[in-house]
Amino acid sequence: MIPTMKRTMTALAALGFGMMTSAAWAGDVRVMWYSDGVEGEVIADLLNRFMEQNPDINVILDNVAYKVVQEQLQIQLEAGTGPDIARVTNLKALASHWLDLTPHLQDPAYWEANFGDYADWMREDGSTAINGFLTQLTLTGGFANKTLFEQAGVAIPGDDATWDDWIAAASEVQASQQTAAAFAIDRSGHRISGPNASYGANYIGPDRAPLPVDAGTKAFAEKLVAWTNDGKMLKDTWVSASGSTYRAAADDFINAAIPFYYSGSWQVANLSTKIGDGFDWVATGSPCGTAGCSGLGGGAGLVAIKYTQNPEDVAKVMEYLGSAAVVKEFSERTLFLPAHKGVASAGGLAWASEDPNVGPALDKFVEASGDIVPAAAALPAWKWGSAYYGALANRISQVMAGELTLDDAYARIDADVAEAVAAAGGN
Amino acid sequence: MPASMPMWPRPWLPPAETEGIVAQLKQMAGAVVTAPLGWAARAIDPPLRLWQRLTGTGGMAAFFLLPNMAIFGVFVLLPLVINFAYSMTTGGALFLSDREYVGAAQYAQLLDCDDYTDPSTCAQDQFWTALANTALFVVLQVSLLIVTATITALILNRELRARSFWRAVFFFPVLLSPVVVGLIWRWILQRDGLLNAMIIPMGLDPVNWLIERNWAFAAAIGVTIWAHLGFYALILLAGLQAIPKDLYEAAEMDGTKPGRVFWRITLPLLMPNLLVVIVLALIRAVQVFDEAFVLTGGGPGTATLFLTQYIYEVGFASLLKNPGLAAAASILMGAVLVVLTLIQLAISRRNEKKGKLK
Repeated sequence: MIPTMKRTMTALAALGFGMMTSAAWAGDVRVMWYSDGVEGEVIADLLNRFMEQNPDINVILDNVAYKVVQEQLQIQLEAGTGPDIARVTNLKALASHWLDLTPHLQDPAYWEANFGDYADWMREDGSTAINGFLTQLTLTGGFANKTLFEQAGVAIPGDDATWDDWIAAASEVQASQQTAAAFAIDRSGHRISGPNASYGANYIGPDRAPLPVDAGTKAFAEKLVAWTNDGKMLKDTWVSASGSTYRAAADDFINAAIPFYYSGSWQVANLSTKIGDGFDWVATGSPCGTAGCSGLGGGAGLVAIKYTQNPEDVAKVMEYLGSAAVVKEFSERTLFLPAHKGVASAGGLAWASEDPNVGPALDKFVEASGDIVPAAAALPAWKWGSAYYGALANRISQVMAGELTLDDAYARIDADVAEAVAAAGGN
Repeated sequence: MPASMPMWPRPWLPPAETEGIVAQLKQMAGAVVTAPLGWAARAIDPPLRLWQRLTGTGGMAAFFLLPNMAIFGVFVLLPLVINFAYSMTTGGALFLSDREYVGAAQYAQLLDCDDYTDPSTCAQDQFWTALANTALFVVLQVSLLIVTATITALILNRELRARSFWRAVFFFPVLLSPVVVGLIWRWILQRDGLLNAMIIPMGLDPVNWLIERNWAFAAAIGVTIWAHLGFYALILLAGLQAIPKDLYEAAEMDGTKPGRVFWRITLPLLMPNLLVVIVLALIRAVQVFDEAFVLTGGGPGTATLFLTQYIYEVGFASLLKNPGLAAAASILMGAVLVVLTLIQLAISRRNEKKGKLK
């Protein structure tokens, strides 16, 4: 009786402890996942297939809001808890929490060969660990409402068109079609960093410490503020929030309130789903500055968490999701650009969309990925990128709201970045 | 007992006997229920007596308050102490043991200003902007809320048709989640929202309510008043209903004008309730966050950035979080709330003394 009771109490205690922490049971692999479009359904489908093939591993998919990943995951990780696998965009800053999968993988060389180009984006500086892989490669770029341009009788600018050319053309459409503004860029420092680099901006110093705001950043920031003040850029997106709050202008483009929208490749599925046959749209790549026509690469990565109790099972799930066939299917169904070298170079992706705008749009982003300038290419693997992006969005929107001058904003950006670096323990 | 009557079950009992059995059963049930309590009471009686002998009646009061104080300590005092400890550290680590002790450096950084009336001269300019916005919000929102709630309570206290319905209408927004309130009003006030859709057909120009600084600030005030009005009006209504009717009848017989009745009878007798409403509204206004954050996101620029949002941004929303600075800001905000509470206590005590003297 007493041993039985003891066993029961031990089991209850273990159950309680298990419920208090979010660590999974042996054989359980918990995945924290967010969705921009349909990828939540696709990954659920793929994981169900994995569990049919591996009945001893139970994968629990937690579909959460992007904000949860941004705000809560770090706290869970600092506490040594959290999921076993997570889909993350803030890959570099949290790199110390990722698991090195190398000893658990059957073929680490496969991972190096196919995902190695982006491995530095998610691992600590100087590390050779394999922490995960990019579920999608993203690139910032523009979208034009082809129907509005045609109705206005304005030609869509060509590949070599500058930002000034694009805004001039979009302004003609605005005047003709009475849209709310000529264009909008998502409220995000990340989003304007490609254009900044196109004007020669560089954020990274020789010691990888942040550089002060330079002439390139100033050149684009001045244009952006001027376009906002004269009503060419939709004021709502940047001015309507404070701090580093992210605001997308996708809904304004979808509602035909702006003829030109600068966001990124991850919007393709969203635009296709929501616009439907409402109007024709095209991806445009990134307009040119004085130093290039660059967007900013990036992506969401699926990383293993080092606090997992089941590293072997986690590695099996990662190997399945990182296999060429699964990456190909995931990319085709989600309309995401694959970050798998083998899949990308083989080509022949059958995009799962009947929308005639989708294929050319994705092809355009693939083409534009060749235009990324070195200063922009270095940013995804730079650990202070988040600090710089947050300060840019925060302070430039204050200038747009009339609270700061541009010079004050530059000084504040430098101070904010320095403060963030110091608060995080220095360079 | 008649010889033909069965022993059991007995078909009938006289009322007196039934009552006796019921009373006995009750007594037994009571004994069963209370016996363990009695044993427990007898068990703790000696130590309690000893405790009382050692500490007096004050010690006994402390003993009985202990469970409540323990809960209060774990869920209120301990977090406060931990928060204070965080405010003395820096770094991105979560655990205190992993964080670097910096003393009062976070407070020094927050309070580092060349000119306290000009946030742009401060190291943490957005903290001071948030502080100034919060102060202005508190003054305007609380004043307007008190006036509106008082007027609403006065109207609802009158003999109206469907009075209960109108009371429910005014109270209904209190039941809504603050996020829902913020979203509803955002849909109404945004550029392509309901309000502009209504005024454009009237030939008026659309207004970007949430992008223009003054309109956005006014919207934050208006929406929070709309959301909380019912609660405060209800407290005031209770106060109005407690005022004796004969005072109004006497005033009417004397031919007193309605305005004079309000200033000389209603307002003085409503003052205790009004004081409660003012203090509650003040504290709530200092803590403003949810409705305003969903409605305006702190914008345009930093026009509606309030203290709580600043703390949230610094401590949680930024990609590189700074919990030490956020903790220091929250301690300073807590100090403001303590001052407000002390003022409320002082006023309450003064009123109590006045009441006793009268």
